[in-house]
Amino acid sequence: MQEVIKHVACPYCGACCDDLEVTVDDGKIIEVKNACIIGTEIYHHASREGRVGTPRRRQPDGTYKDITYEEAIDFTAKMLIKAKKPLIFGFGSTNCEGMAAAGRVAEDAGAVLDNCASICHGSSFLAIFDTGYPSCTLGEVKNRADVVIYWGSNPAHAHPRHMSRYGIFPRGFFTGKGARGRKVIVIDPRYTDTARCANQFLQVQQGHDYELFDAFRMVMHGYAADVPAIVAGVPKEKILEACDVIKAGRYVHIFFGMGLCHSDGRNHNVDIAINLVRDVNEYTKCTIMAMRGHYNIAGPGIVWAWQFGFPYCIDLTKGSVAHMNPGETSSVDLANRGEIDAFINIGTDAGAHFPIRAFEKIGGAGIPMVTIDPSVNMAATVSDVHIPVAIVGVETGGICYRMDNVPIQYRAVVKPFNGILTDEQLFDKIYERMQELKNAGIECDGTWDYATPLADVRPIKEVYQ
Amino acid sequence: MTVLHLNMVTQRAVEEGEAMESGKTTQKYFDVCSIIEMNADDFKELGINLNTVVKVTSECGEVFVKSTIGRQTCPRGLCHIRQGVWANQVVPPRTQSTGEPQYSGFPVTVEPAPEARVVPAVELVQKACNKWNGKLLWPM
Repeated sequence: MQEVIKHVACPYCGACCDDLEVTVDDGKIIEVKNACIIGTEIYHHASREGRVGTPRRRQPDGTYKDITYEEAIDFTAKMLIKAKKPLIFGFGSTNCEGMAAAGRVAEDAGAVLDNCASICHGSSFLAIFDTGYPSCTLGEVKNRADVVIYWGSNPAHAHPRHMSRYGIFPRGFFTGKGARGRKVIVIDPRYTDTARCANQFLQVQQGHDYELFDAFRMVMHGYAADVPAIVAGVPKEKILEACDVIKAGRYVHIFFGMGLCHSDGRNHNVDIAINLVRDVNEYTKCTIMAMRGHYNIAGPGIVWAWQFGFPYCIDLTKGSVAHMNPGETSSVDLANRGEIDAFINIGTDAGAHFPIRAFEKIGGAGIPMVTIDPSVNMAATVSDVHIPVAIVGVETGGICYRMDNVPIQYRAVVKPFNGILTDEQLFDKIYERMQELKNAGIECDGTWDYATPLADVRPIKEVYQ
Repeated sequence: MTVLHLNMVTQRAVEEGEAMESGKTTQKYFDVCSIIEMNADDFKELGINLNTVVKVTSECGEVFVKSTIGRQTCPRGLCHIRQGVWANQVVPPRTQSTGEPQYSGFPVTVEPAPEARVVPAVELVQKACNKWNGKLLWPM
């Protein structure tokens, strides 16, 4: 019998649309309403033929053999105990319950715990630590903002319903005219599809955002006359025009994205963006928000900050102390330096989204590697063990944090495929198995039957006992 | 043969997102991600037709992709490969001590390579990791 499940939250981007209507028939997803093209694809992917239903072990000839959950959990638990510096990376696509369970495992294993923010909005965190975060919720943007700026972000592609739910088009309490009442400024090196929706488009020269922010700040501080004729490829009159719009706004909001975090300068670009917000607040109300990528990539920042005091790049190898130092304890840098001797890729795909020169130092280093993901991704194709788990928002519920750090309750619409475990169940079982193995005398010795041991990293026990 | 010196960025596209959710081993993912977008004038300077394979070389690697102009236009001197396996063959892993690789803004050269083969994602990743056994286990 067909059943329509309403108010379902979408497990794709940080906009966390929670108005989906999913039609389910006999445990299969038939139709998805209100979701964007990518969200729809996630739901249909769950019901598609060819999904991996059991854990698999990679054979020497490159083929895969099905194994039981017990065997996969035993492999992972043993790997985590024996490794001197295992890295657990990912968590963009799982719920907070899974993150908390992974945190417990990481602490017990003395691992480095990192999430996708490390290669995404990590530098925004650094800027926020330095400068603060004058932010708001997406509801406030929808109901109050009459000037919206998308700087270095392209929601038309990365957050397809962001503009219609929050940014440009919705009619809110104080924004009853919707898009007609809003002024939209887009700043990007490319003429993106988001730029097509803008009242003003400033084509900044790639990598020169800092200079353009500086020019905006000069105008806000009253030095408009001293702004050069062209700044970062943008003519002075366009900058002044944009500043007039900002000053005249009742409520200005800046969304910033990867254009700032991935370009030269990294956290400094975000730093000056936040400083610009402070300057604009001398004239009118202004707030800022990071365009977080995954639906729950804000989650680790909340969960782990509560567990360990840090949002990402958490080094727990020192035993009783958590330590965070991006550049040293960040996944890509650890990979670059060949500092890890075991790797868990969970709810992300380091194989596809790390620069290959970094990933080959993990995948090709001869270290044991486990991928925990519902589907076959690039990391899974080079992992020793691939453990499928239930898809959050489709097969299991949980808490996920939207890009504005508002928790959204996700729900399951179908039962897990082939009875596969959730991330939380899996990590809890790994933890239990680790305790059994430790009691049976398995120790951290940095050896693995086929892996190259790390010579220069001493086991925790040796250092702290 | 013309060799262009361009600045490269790699970001998300909605087509890439959709194909990624269908599966990274699919033909769809291959089709939408293994392309480079560049300015129409740069394209003309290369003297090639649409979809001609080009070789993109950076300080840390090279990759073969199909060439397009794209709807989201780049200014002259800038090119864009959608984020994913092909773009990451040339993204420098240096992080300026922030943990974030240089995904946006690194120099590349682009030159026509009409005879070259665009390599599937699994083959690229497995070869880089010395785990390629000569056949695609996941038919596209």
